Order: sequence, then C-alpha cells, then structure tokens
Amino acid sequence: MTYTPQLRELMKKVEESRASRVGVNYPRMTPEERRDVLQKFHPDYIVDGFREIAVGVDKGARMPVEMADVFEAKSRVSGTELDLTADPDYDVDVLIIGGGGAGASAALDAHKAGANVMIATKLRFGDANTMMAQGGIQAADKENDTPAIHYLDVLGGGRFENLPELARALVMDAPLVIKWLEDMGTMFDKKGDGTMITIHGGGTSRKRMHAARDYTGAEIMRTLRDEVLNQGIKVVEFSAAAELLLDSEGRAAGAVLLNLETEQYEIARAKTVIIATGGSGRLHYRGFPTSNHYGATADGLILGYRAGAKTIYADSIQYHPTGGAYPPQLLGLLVTEKTRGLGATPLNIKGEQFVYHLETRDVASSAIIRECEERNLGVPLPTGITAVWLDSPLIELTHGEGTVERQLPAMLRQFQRFGVDIRKEPMLIYPTLHYQNGGLLIDADARSTVENLYVAGEAAGGIHGTNRLMGNSLLDIIVFGRRAGRDAAAKSKDMAVPAGLNLEHAEAYNKALEESGAGNGRVSPILLPHYTHR
Amino acid sequence: MSEEIKMVDIYIMGKKYTVPETLTIMDAMEYAGYQLKRGCGCRAGFCGACATVYRMAGDYELKVGLACQTKVEDGMYLAQIPFFPGRKAAFNLEEIKPSTAHFTQLYPEVYRCLGCSSCTKVCPQDIDVMQYIAYIQRGDFEKAADISFDCLMCGLCVSRCPANIVHYNAALTARRLYSRYIAKPDAFLAERTRKIEEGELDAEIDALVTADQDKLQELYNNREIEK
Ligand SMILES: Cc1cc2nc3c(=O)[nH]c(=O)nc-3n(C[C@H](O)[C@H](O)[C@H](O)COP(=O)(O)OP(=O)(O)OC[C@H]3O[C@@H](n4cnc5c(N)ncnc54)[C@H](O)[C@@H]3O)c2cc1C
Ligand code: FES
Repeated sequence: MTYTPQLRELMKKVEESRASRVGVNYPRMTPEERRDVLQKFHPDYIVDGFREIAVGVDKGARMPVEMADVFEAKSRVSGTELDLTADPDYDVDVLIIGGGGAGASAALDAHKAGANVMIATKLRFGDANTMMAQGGIQAADKENDTPAIHYLDVLGGGRFENLPELARALVMDAPLVIKWLEDMGTMFDKKGDGTMITIHGGGTSRKRMHAARDYTGAEIMRTLRDEVLNQGIKVVEFSAAAELLLDSEGRAAGAVLLNLETEQYEIARAKTVIIATGGSGRLHYRGFPTSNHYGATADGLILGYRAGAKTIYADSIQYHPTGGAYPPQLLGLLVTEKTRGLGATPLNIKGEQFVYHLETRDVASSAIIRECEERNLGVPLPTGITAVWLDSPLIELTHGEGTVERQLPAMLRQFQRFGVDIRKEPMLIYPTLHYQNGGLLIDADARSTVENLYVAGEAAGGIHGTNRLMGNSLLDIIVFGRRAGRDAAAKSKDMAVPAGLNLEHAEAYNKALEESGAGNGRVSPILLPHYTHR
Repeated sequence: MSEEIKMVDIYIMGKKYTVPETLTIMDAMEYAGYQLKRGCGCRAGFCGACATVYRMAGDYELKVGLACQTKVEDGMYLAQIPFFPGRKAAFNLEEIKPSTAHFTQLYPEVYRCLGCSSCTKVCPQDIDVMQYIAYIQRGDFEKAADISFDCLMCGLCVSRCPANIVHYNAALTARRLYSRYIAKPDAFLAERTRKIEEGELDAEIDALVTADQDKLQELYNNREIEK
C-alpha cells in the first residue's frame, strides 16, 4: 500500500481507460510538432537556464548556469601549502583519474602496452554511472549491418553535429570492443550457438543493442574491474583529483589528489594524464533530479578547463523521459527505456495518452513537461511535485504474463522494494537529468587540446553531437578509454620524467576570475554533492 | 495535496535521530547531517556500496539491506558496512579452465561450505547464494553463472559466512569462466573484427565521413529500418 488513497482514486482513471487502449497506437508527432514542443519545453532551450562563461579558453561559450557556477570558481587547492619539488607520493607513466568503465578500459590497454599505470578514483572502484547502465551496448556485428550503417544512425541521432572522426572511431571499433569483452568473459545474452541476441534501441536502423539481462553496465564494469585487479594495476580509491599539475612547458604532468578520508593532499606525478571522471548529473541542472551516481559532479571538466582544455557542446544535456517520481525513494531513478519499448505508455491525470510512447528522449521529455506545466494535466503527488503515469500493466496485457519478471527483473525488484507492483499498478514518472552530451574536446586518439592530457568517457564531448543514442555511451567509454590508454602509453615511452611541476595555470585562472568579477567566492571541483539537512 | 510527513526515530550507530519516514536509510543519514563518503555509490541499487546491518528495537534478529533501497522504520538501529576485507584470487583467464581442479586452487574455501544458508538469508538481491556455491562445488559453472548473475557484490554474504567464503568473487570467476569457455563465441563477430582490422570496411565508412551534410541527411532519411 505505497500509493496513498488519493493516488489510488486517481489511478482508477487509468484502470478505466486501459482496456480501450490495448493495441491502439497513439499518433507520432509531425516534424513541426516535434520542433515546437522541444523549443518551448526542452530545458536546453530555456534561455534563463544558461549563461556565458566569463573566463578561460572558451570564454563566452554557453553553459547551464549550474555548470557555469562550477567553472567560474576558484581552485580548491589555492592557498594550500603544497611542496611540488619534493619526491611525489606517486610517480607513474599514465595517471588515470576516474574508476568507471572509461578509466578501467584505459588502464587495461595502457598496462598491456607496458606502461606503469595508476587509477585514482573518488569513490570505490566501479561504483559509478557505468555500473548503472541497464539497457545495452551497440555494435554493428550482424550480417545485415555495417559500421557505416551504424555511423548514419549515430549522426542522425546526434543532429549531424558529431565530429566525424570521432563517430568513425566509435562505430569502427565497436565490434572489436564486443569481441574484447566476449574474450574477457563478459556474460552477454546469447543463443545456444553463441550468436549475440540483439534488439533495437531508440534511433537504431538495425537490431544492434547487445545486453546482459538488464544489468548490462554492471556486467561490463565488474568484468573490467576484475581484470584490472587480476593485472595488478594500482588503484587508489577515495582519492579525488582536486587539480591537475602541469610541467614547466605547460603540458599535463600529474594531479593533486585529495584523500577524502584523511583530507590530506597527495601529489601524483605522471608523464600523461587521462581524465575519465564521467558526467555531471549531480549538479541538478534546473533543479532536476538525476539518474546519475553520487560522484557525477563535473570535476574532470573543470580540471581540464583550468589547464586550458577546450570544451564542446557543454550546453547540451540529455533528460530521460522516464525518471521515477513516486514513491519518493525512487525520485530521479532511471526507469529503463525498455519499459516503453515493451509497450508501457505515458498517461495524464485523466488516464489519457498524450504522446506516442516511443518518441525520442528529448521529445518525450518535453511532452511530459508540457503536460504538467502548461496543460496542468499532471498527477499531483503528496511530495509536492507533479508527474505522469506510465502504464506498465499494459506490458503483460500485450505480451503475456511473466514478461515483466523475465525482461525487467531489476525494475520489478526496485519498485517492489517500495511497495509498488509494476505488473498491476502503473508507475509515476517525470523526466530525469541523465547524460552530458558534450564535454572536453578530443580527437580520435582521445587527446584533449592540452599536451599529454587525454579525456575518455562521459567527460569527453563531440562523439554524439548534441544527442546521444541509447547504447552508444557504454560503447564510447570503452572505445575511447582504450584509445586513450594506448596512445598515452606510447607517448610515455619516449618521455623523460616531467620537470617543474606547477599550479600556475590554476593561479592564472583564479586571477582572471577575480578580474572578471565572476566567481562569488565559490571553489571547485565540488567533489561531492551536499545533501545534508535538505 | 501535500500531506504531513510522519517522523520516525532511528539510531545511527547507536545515536538517535528523528527523520521523515519516507526516506531511505541513505537519505536519512544525510538528513541527520552525515556527509557520506564511503557507503554510497550509485544510489540506485546497482553498485553494492551501501550494505547496512540493522535491528529493530526490542527484536533480537539482525537484518540487512542496501541503504539506498531500504526505507527507514521507527526504532531502527543501524550501521553501514562500507568495506569488507574479502579476498580476491588473481588469475589469468587464458590459463585456467572451468574445472574443479583449477577452482580449488583459486578458492579452496568454497569447498568448505558448512551448508548453513546464512548467505542466502542475507542476500538483498534474493539470490540463492548457497545454491550457486553448491553448483560451483559440483563443477556446474553454467548454473552457477546463471543464478548468481544479479549479484551486486555488496559483501553481506561474506560478512555472515562461518567458512570465510568470498561468494561474490567466486561467483564472478565462475561467470567469467562460463562466458569464456562454456558459452560459444559468436562466429560472425570474429569474422567482422577480422575484416575491420584488415581495412576491408574502410572504403564504405570513409565515403560517409567525407560526405557533405545534405548527402548524409538524405541517406539518413531514406535509410532502411530493420523490422
Ligand atoms: C542509470 C543509467 C543508465 C544508463 N544506461 C545506459 C545504457 O543502457 N547504454 C549506454 O550506452 N549508456 C547508458 N548510460 C550512460 C553510461 O552508462 C555512462 O555515460 C557511462 O557509463 C559513463 O562512463 P564513464 O567511465 O565515463 O563514467 P563513470 O562510470 O561515471 O565513472 C566515473 C569515475 O570517475 C570518478 N571520479 C569522478 N570525479 C573524480 C575526481 N575528481 N577524482 C577522481 N575520480 C573521480 C568516479 O568516482 C567514477 O569512478 C546510463 C547511465 C545511467 C546513469
Ligand atoms: S549506493 Fe549503489 S547499491 Fe546502494
């Protein structure tokens, strides 16, 4: 009995209309309607949600105000006594900042190439966005598919704003990545003869979504992590990068790490540095709840930016239409796209559908926001917010009993824990802040615009243009993680140990900030969100 | 239709805090003023960082749960187990096989299971942990892989095991062995990767990479979509 009596009363409308909705397809929007709803309701188009950044290499670029707050902030380490001339605490060829899928992939390939590698990670190794991906990973490895066909899908999805060389690398490496994971003992869904079972995802023209039940990211992450540990690669947990270090020539040469528990700083010197710090959902743009893990606070973006690395599409954020809205314990949590894929439809307070259930993420999100904000047809929740229904009981009416347990075990379990049986009761959902489409600019070898500084994973931008398709992110973190690892290892081979480690770039940034009048006493990276006494 | 939210008393490591009853244990700790560092990762029931042990006032039974997936209740005495020193055996996947002989070398303690079922009782994912340990003992890596699949590696099983088995690491090894050696490799995938490595698919993609946007848009809009 998690739904309150008021909600149960409202739910009757959904139940009443259900029989008449089975098998009936709501019409898709015309291109004009899509454009209209996006421009009026998608958060990317809400002008006062953005401002131009006042300092740095991309001065004048547009960003969400919450991201700009992190960018227009002083270095967290300024004013701290740090002896950069003493022997460093860690001295390696390749320093990887971040222990998600991108970081782990980079570590494996750099290690294989013979480099001395270390991963420094803010939380526990692996406890991040990669672990949470449920849906799947794309790759063109079927007879009716090719990397070129995949490429077109990636570009169409990305509104043709992708950097071509990055999209090329993504799709061409994709089958190699699946093979690499298969050889490493990743338990993909397969038929008896070994054939990978693949399905469609939003925006795919071929069935190329590979999955490991609905724990795809978890299965990939725990395999990569296990292998990193097998290889004896050094991993330092609860050790957050607080600033990058440059050498006397202005090249990346290590990082200042903060031991989160003792609150002491340590110095890591490295010939090359790979930023693999993931996304920024915990900045809660426009107050949105998020599907992201606890440490998704854009740290890598600001560290790279202060050191002079350019960004791309920093103003492009993906909102997932189906975030949990109620029970309150599930706020922001991702309701996988597969739920709609199996036929669950969004409904308003009258129990009426208002948008085709398989519209793209941006359009579906905008339509839900419109239903609640403009049309006032959202369902008011006891927590003070509004939401819409997602009629999950339709799934078994269409596909038969047992479908939910078989196809959505993680989802079923999650709602059951808080007293909702999604087989019998509709879910309550609202868009959730899901993914950072842009990030630090890289080339096909994952090199940033700063020498010896690489970026891989969600922290990098340009691969997906301004809209990523499902299944291409798990792919990109491994493609560019591996590329970064290989190139960084090769580069480190012929390099001398960096000399003249310094933080001058951070001091210069602070100064520019002061002169601009922006900043307002903030420091960054923020490292952890603050939820105490909210 | 905002309603009054009821407050409940919980005891974090023995200390009393009054928190809204709608919160998860994790949110309640933050509400109480804790800035979490350990014991918090995905916040969504996927990473296993937030294993928690609790007991209700007046009851003797110890219960367990994931802090991010368990609601607070009045009279809950709780503590997190953010780290457990479980052993992981390092191995070279290319040098071992799904055989009892190899597994015994990696995890001999698996064969000393006392059959007490404590592991199964505490699993927050409702996995029959003792059963998959039994499958491993029998050399049935396929079944062990199948039923252990939803494991989040939170470590609660390990914390209760009188035989000191590290179930989650044993299960992961079993799944990797199964996937590498028992499940068949995808035949077409091997063929596709060979072609890519030999450059046979370069021409097709390069034609697109150099195409102008109008051409790409036209190709995209007219692309065939698999049924
Ligand atoms: C709920 C959910 C479902 C998803 N589903 C899918 C899907 O089905 N398919 C798909 O392709 N994609 C999906 N995605 C997207 C995809 O999972 C992520 O974009 C991707 O995994 C990011 O990988 P990453 O390695 O870049 O970052 P993460 O996996 O988030 O890792 C980042 C790492 O950096 C560390 N870190 C952060 N800051 C610092 C610092 N200052 N110092 C040191 N370390 C730091 C973190 O602790 C963490 O270890 C999903 C995402 C979410 C959140
Ligand atoms: S924080 Fe990841 S399972 Fe609870």
